[in-house]
Amino acid sequence: MMQIPCIHCGLRDENEFTCGGTSHIARPGLEQSDQVWGEYLFFRDNPKGVHLERWRHSQGCGRWFNLARNTVTHEILSVYSMTDPPPP
Amino acid sequence: MTSSRLAVPCGSRIDRSQRLSFEFNGRRLIGHPGDTLASALLANGVQLVGRSFKLHRPRGIFSCGVEEPTGLVDLSEGATRTPNMRSTLVDLHEGLVAASVNCWPSVRFDLGAVNNRMAALLPAGFYYKTFKWPDWHLYEPSIRRMAGLGRASGEPDPDRYEEAAAQADVLVIGGGLAGLSAAVAAAEAGADTLLLASGSALGGALAWRDDSQIAALIVRAERCGVRQMTRTLAFGVYDHNLVCARESRSPAPTRIATGSIATGSIATGSSGGVLRERLWKIRARAVIAATGAIERPMIFPDNDRPGVMLAGAADKYAHAFGVACGQRVVIAANSDSAYRVAASLRAAGVNVVALVDRRPPADISTDAGHVRTFVSAAIARVGGTKAVRNCTVISTEMDGARPEKLDCDLILSAGGFAPAVHLHSQAGGKLRWVEESAMFVPDGAAPGLLSAGACAGIFARDAAVNHAAELGRAVARRGAAPAAPIGGAGRSLAATHAPGVIGKQFVDLQNDVAVGDIGLAAQENYRSVEHLKRYTTTGMGTDQGKTSNINALVLMGEFTGREPAGVGTTKFRPPFAPVTLGLLAGRRVGALYRPLKRLPAHGWHEARGALFEQFGNWLRPAAYPQAHESLESAAQREAGAVRRHAGVLDGSPLGKLEIYGPDAAHFLDLMYVGTMSNLSPGQARYGLLLNENGTVVDDGIVARLGPQQYWVNTTSAGVERTAAAFEEWLQCEYTHLRVLVTPVTSRWGNVTVAGPRAWDWLASVGMDPGLAPQSMKHMTLRESAWEGAPLRVLRASFSGELGYELNIPADHVKELLERLWQRAADFQAVPYGIEALEIMRTEKGYIHIGTDTDGTTLPQDVGFARAIERKAANFVGRRSLLRPAARDPGRFQLVGLAPADGRTRLPVGAQIAPGAPPTRTEGHVTSSYWSPELKRPVALGMLARGTQRVGEKIRIHHLGSVIDAVVVSSPFIDPQGDRLRG
Repeated sequence: MMQIPCIHCGLRDENEFTCGGTSHIARPGLEQSDQVWGEYLFFRDNPKGVHLERWRHSQGCGRWFNLARNTVTHEILSVYSMTDPPPP
Repeated sequence: MTSSRLAVPCGSRIDRSQRLSFEFNGRRLIGHPGDTLASALLANGVQLVGRSFKLHRPRGIFSCGVEEPTGLVDLSEGATRTPNMRSTLVDLHEGLVAASVNCWPSVRFDLGAVNNRMAALLPAGFYYKTFKWPDWHLYEPSIRRMAGLGRASGEPDPDRYEEAAAQADVLVIGGGLAGLSAAVAAAEAGADTLLLASGSALGGALAWRDDSQIAALIVRAERCGVRQMTRTLAFGVYDHNLVCARESRSPAPTRIATGSIATGSIATGSSGGVLRERLWKIRARAVIAATGAIERPMIFPDNDRPGVMLAGAADKYAHAFGVACGQRVVIAANSDSAYRVAASLRAAGVNVVALVDRRPPADISTDAGHVRTFVSAAIARVGGTKAVRNCTVISTEMDGARPEKLDCDLILSAGGFAPAVHLHSQAGGKLRWVEESAMFVPDGAAPGLLSAGACAGIFARDAAVNHAAELGRAVARRGAAPAAPIGGAGRSLAATHAPGVIGKQFVDLQNDVAVGDIGLAAQENYRSVEHLKRYTTTGMGTDQGKTSNINALVLMGEFTGREPAGVGTTKFRPPFAPVTLGLLAGRRVGALYRPLKRLPAHGWHEARGALFEQFGNWLRPAAYPQAHESLESAAQREAGAVRRHAGVLDGSPLGKLEIYGPDAAHFLDLMYVGTMSNLSPGQARYGLLLNENGTVVDDGIVARLGPQQYWVNTTSAGVERTAAAFEEWLQCEYTHLRVLVTPVTSRWGNVTVAGPRAWDWLASVGMDPGLAPQSMKHMTLRESAWEGAPLRVLRASFSGELGYELNIPADHVKELLERLWQRAADFQAVPYGIEALEIMRTEKGYIHIGTDTDGTTLPQDVGFARAIERKAANFVGRRSLLRPAARDPGRFQLVGLAPADGRTRLPVGAQIAPGAPPTRTEGHVTSSYWSPELKRPVALGMLARGTQRVGEKIRIHHLGSVIDAVVVSSPFIDPQGDRLRG
C-alpha cells in the first residue's frame, strides 16, 4: 500500500484515496468527431515510468489533486493542485 | 518405531516435568510443554503423517520450520478446524486435536494411493493434456475431489482476528543472531527500533543452543529499548515498504469433556471466540531483513519417504526437543554442514552410520571424525515404503566402488543452503548466483530493505554479526550501508542428484514434482522458470517451494544447457507463508462487513411490525405484514390502501444534496439532462443524470430554493456516487464555477404521504394550510414548519397518487410518524414499505434506475428523446448520445408488457425472442408485479424498437417454457396523471 502526500492533509495511506486516472485530459466539445470523442472516453496511455494522474482524498478532505508517480517504482515525484500546469 | 525421545540433557526447549495430552488421528499421545506438534509426533514414533497431493504417497515430517512441505495436518475440529497447518510450527498444548490430510480411509491404508501405481501415467501436464476434450469442466469435480490437501471447516469461524498499525524508525525482521545484532546497534545509535521474531523466543536458529552471545544481545536489546514482538511472522513487503506481519495469539481450542469444541458467538465478529491472530501493518523508515536460510534437500530416488528429512532439522529435534528422528542415520551431503550435524548427532547419542557426500574430495573442507564417509557418492535406492529400512550407496566416479547397501532408518539431506531472500525479492531486490555455494543471494539492497545474516548470503558467524551491527548503526544514522561480506557457506554442487539412477526422485515434495517432470517441461519447451513452475506445479503448494525452487531451476538449467543464473528464479510474492483468510478479513466480517444504516425512526417501524430488508446500504421496511400475511400479500394490501385512501412511507434514505453558489444553476444544467436554470424558486423538475458515456446513472428531482440555492434529490443508493461525481466535475473540469455541494441526506429525514386522502391526513396533524393541493401544485417545493421544526415540502409522487414528501430534520421524523399514526384510522391510512412502492411505480411506468436500466441504457431509451432535443446547452454525456450506436433505431426501449392470458406473471430477467433459444434476444423483462388496482399482472421491459411495437405479440422465454405476452403502452394506471395532481 502506497503512502500518498495529500496536498492538504499530508502523508496518508493509499486506502484513504480514490484514483481518478490520467490527468490533464482536455474534454472535447460537442462539435468534435466521433474519433476524437472516442479517444477522450476510452483511450489512455499506459506509460512505464512517470504518469501524471489525479487522486481524491476521498476518506479525508475530499479534495482532488494531481500527482506524478513512477508506475514502475511507485515513487511519487510531486503533488500539485488541479489547476496547476503539469510539471516540466 | 524408529524415532523416539532422547535422554537429558537433550531437549533444552521442553519441560519434561509436565505432560501434555493430545490427539492425532484419534490416537491419544503425550508430549511436553515446549514441543511442537511435529516434535511430539516424532517423540511418539509417529513418522507417517500424511499423503501427498497428487500421488497419495506416504509422507512424514521433513523439516523443523516454516519450510515444511509434507508434515501438514488439519488442526482442531468443527468450526475451528484449520486445514494444512505445518506441524513444525504448531506449539503443542493440552487437548490439541490434529488429523492427517489427503487420505481416505486412513493415512496407513489410503485408497488414493492407487495414483502412485499409475505414476508413470501422471506426468507433468497430464491433466492439461488428457482432460481437455470435450470440456475440462466435465472432469473437474472428480479430479478436485481426488487432489487437494486438508479440508476447510464448512462452518463460520468463531474466533476473532484483529488488525493494528505500528511505526518505527528501523524495523528488523528476524530475531536470530544477525537480527538481534542489527536491532541492538540501531537502538543503541538512537533509532526507535522494532524487532519481529516468528518464533516464541529470540535467538533464531541458536535459540535452543544456550548461546552466550545471544543471551548478551537479548540483555542489551532490553536495555536500549528495542521493541520486540515474538510469534510474529512478517509475510509481506508491499508498496512503499509497508510490512505486514501475522502475530499468533491463542492456540487452537481444545476438546472439552462432551466431545464438542468450545466456540463463541460469530454474529458480529466483535464478540465471542478467542483472539486467534493479529495483522500488523508496519511502516518503518528502514527495514532490515534477517530471515536466515533454508536448507536445500538432496535429490535421490524415493527421497520423499517418511524417514527422509533435512539434516539441520534432525539436529534441532535432537538438541532442542530431545527427539531422535531415527536410530541409524545416513546423511546425504552436498555441504560441510553435514559434518557438523554428524558430530552434533553423535554428541546427542544418535548412531550415524555413514555420510554420503555428493562432492569430490577437493570441495570438502572438513571431516566427519569416526563416521564412515563416502565421497563422490550418492544414494541410488531407498528401501521401505512407509518408513526407511535401508539405502544403497553408489559412487559417481566412472571407476568408483561397487554399490553398497546400508541399513538405516533415517536419511538426512544436507544439500547446502538457500538464503531466505523472499522479502528482499518482494521489495524489488535483484538476486545473483554464487557458484561456489550454489545459492542465490541479494544483489545489493532492495529499495528500502536491507538484508543481514544468512539471508544476505553471509554465513560466517563473526562476519554476519559485525555486518549486521554496522548495518543497524548505518540505518539509524541515515548513513551508507556497508557492503555485505557474502560467503562462509563452503562449497556445494549446484546439482544434488546423481545422473543415471533409476526411480522417482522428488523435487517438490508437496506437489509431487519429480526430476522427470522437470525434464518433460524442458522437452516440451516450457523452459522459462515461470512456465516451468506453472506447467509442473513445482513451487505452487502451500510451502511455495521453499525446499524445491533451487533444485528445480538447477535441473531446468541442466536439461537446457544453462547455468542456474541464466534460468533465474520466479518472482517471490507475498505472502511468505500461508495466512488465514480470517487474518486478512480482521473485524470486517458478519454485521461489520458492510455496516447497514438504520432509519432515524427504526424503532417506530419495528413497533408497526415492519419486515426489514436491505436496500442499498439501508435497512428499510419492505412491508408491514399483519398476522398470516406474506410479504407479497402485505405489499398488495398496502398498495391498495394507498390507491384508495392514504399511506405513509419513510423515505429518509432518499439522497439529498444542497447546491449553493452563483454558478449553481449553470452547474446543474451541465449535470442533468433536464434544464434546471429556468426553474423559478419553489419549482421542481425531474432530471436524469448521465455519465460521460451517455449512460443513465441516476435520476431524481431538482428544486430551486433560491436564486443561488438548489435542493437535489437523488436515488437512495446513488447519492454518494452522485455527490462524488459532482465534486469531480467541479474540482477537475469546471474549476471556474463557484458552486458548493453539501450532502444532507442524514440531516433531513423524509416522510412521504401519498393517496387521495393524503392532504386530509396531513391537515389533521396540523400542517400549514398553505400546503393544500389547491394552493401548492404538483412539482413544487415550499419551505414551512411543523411543531417548531423546519419543513421542506415537495409535492412529487413516485406512486402516482397525490403525494407529499415532507423533508424534516431527522430527529423529528419519529414524532411526525407517530402523530400521523394516531390519526391513521380516521383516514384508513397505512404505513407502506418498499414493495408496495415498487408495485405502484411499476403501475405508473416509472423507471427504477438499475432495475429497468443497465449500463447500456441511454436517456432516449427510456423516453427522454424529446427532452434532449429541447435542450440547447451541453451536458455531461451529451456528445456520446450522438454516436452511431446511440442513434441505432434497433436500440432497446422501455415498454409496458402484459401477459396474453391476463393471468401469468412475467418473470423478471426473462428474455424476449420470437424463436426458441439459443437465439438473439430482443429484450427482457425488467419489472413485474401483480397490480392490486387492475387485478392483473403488469410489467416493464426493454425491447428492441419497443415504442413502435405497441400491440405486438411477443414470446417470453423462461426456464424452458414460453409465455405469450403483448407490448402495451405505459402507464397502466392514470395515464393522464389526474390523480397525482390531486
